[in-house]
Amino acid sequence: MLSKRIIPCLDVKEGRVVKGIQFVDIRDAGDPVELAKVYDEQGADELVFLDISATHEGKKTMIDVVRSVASELAIPFTVGGGIRSLEDIKETLRNGADKVSLNSSAVNRPELLTEGADYFGSQCIVVAIDARYDEEWGTWRVYTRGGRTPSEWKVTEWAEEAVRRGAGEILLTSMNKDGEKTGFDLPLLEAVQGVVNVPVIASGGAGSSEHFYDVFTEVDADAALAASIFHYKETSVANVKAYLKEKGVIVR
Amino acid sequence: MIGIIDYGMGNLFSVSKALERLKVPYKFGERPADIENCDGYILPGVGAFPDAMKALEEHGFIPFIKEKVKAGVPIYGICLGMQLLFEASDEGGETAGLGLFPGRIVRFPGVNEKGESYKVPHMGWNKMNLLKPEEPLLSDVKEEYVYFVHSFVAQTPDPSILYATADYHLDVPAIVGRNNLVASQFHPEKSGRAGMQLLENFCKVMVKQ
Repeated sequence: MLSKRIIPCLDVKEGRVVKGIQFVDIRDAGDPVELAKVYDEQGADELVFLDISATHEGKKTMIDVVRSVASELAIPFTVGGGIRSLEDIKETLRNGADKVSLNSSAVNRPELLTEGADYFGSQCIVVAIDARYDEEWGTWRVYTRGGRTPSEWKVTEWAEEAVRRGAGEILLTSMNKDGEKTGFDLPLLEAVQGVVNVPVIASGGAGSSEHFYDVFTEVDADAALAASIFHYKETSVANVKAYLKEKGVIVR
Repeated sequence: MIGIIDYGMGNLFSVSKALERLKVPYKFGERPADIENCDGYILPGVGAFPDAMKALEEHGFIPFIKEKVKAGVPIYGICLGMQLLFEASDEGGETAGLGLFPGRIVRFPGVNEKGESYKVPHMGWNKMNLLKPEEPLLSDVKEEYVYFVHSFVAQTPDPSILYATADYHLDVPAIVGRNNLVASQFHPEKSGRAGMQLLENFCKVMVKQ
């Protein structure tokens, strides 16, 4: 059976990783390729690179990062942030990324998911969804633009629509849990897992190995993503996997 | 020299860089004439089966691949490049393949024998069961994890071509082969140590680069 995937996420700005400062034992902690190698050695199953560059040059630099990572690593990786057109998707995948993740651009123009899936297959198209619980709605609402702009989508409806349009995987971030380190948002994950039949990556809230165990056993997420607990060495991918293995969760 | 068949349907960048890491010389060919006399070939592929067959035909590779297989030249099909080697696929309606392996490509049913639904695509790291560990392609390869990502799966009436399978609600052909023609459903260049070992075995043991 498939193993549960542990996925570190790297934020890249103008070609530099912005959160990797705790890795003092590598030559250049801002170098995405150096950090990617560290995570690969620790047993990361995949990597996600999120481009948060503000400038056009930064976005160009991201393609160089993609090429370098693909040249040196033998594990799959996803690239998100600023991918707005089929041309952007083509450029990213042709330079060695395995998947692209689409967030605001997919909400703004859902056809983009279909265009990407038709061209490369849905397995290359990840829809990234940022969701926050809306008291008035009594359910989770989808946000765009890095969580700044509320959309009119309920999370379950958008997840279904995105998959119908061609998304082959969902990267689901809980805005309520993000940065809290109190565990993944199990009710949100359960709600989305209940309406789609594609793999779901849990994101937001990881603070300990137990949290990974919970998300894999209680809501059967396919993968779990974390950033700061790995970057700031609160734990390592290897530690999380050793813990999961001991508890009987299938990991690579 | 390894010839990488470039018919416009693949992530050629990653596989070519993997060959560079192994210090194996390679070249790309968009037409048979570009890569006529290579010692071995890689047939990559990402995308849809019907598009890929059409592209192979337009680039003049269909007779080329069949001749090379007949002549005993080692060929490695990757992912969709493996599926194309079978007789036909259900993807996008019935489409004929190269017919070099018996069997056809079908969509994962998404429902198991008990009627329970499961996720499609088959995406992630799965462990291989080695059925023919004695094959040169599998030297130093153990029952390791490799990275799968596919919605369609090969079904063959001939178990002798199965070198390795993986369990995802059914027996998924992971590595298939017969003599000089081998293929994997997963991308070896994205499958960690085991994948790199397979590529190395293909290039250095089967092709003798």
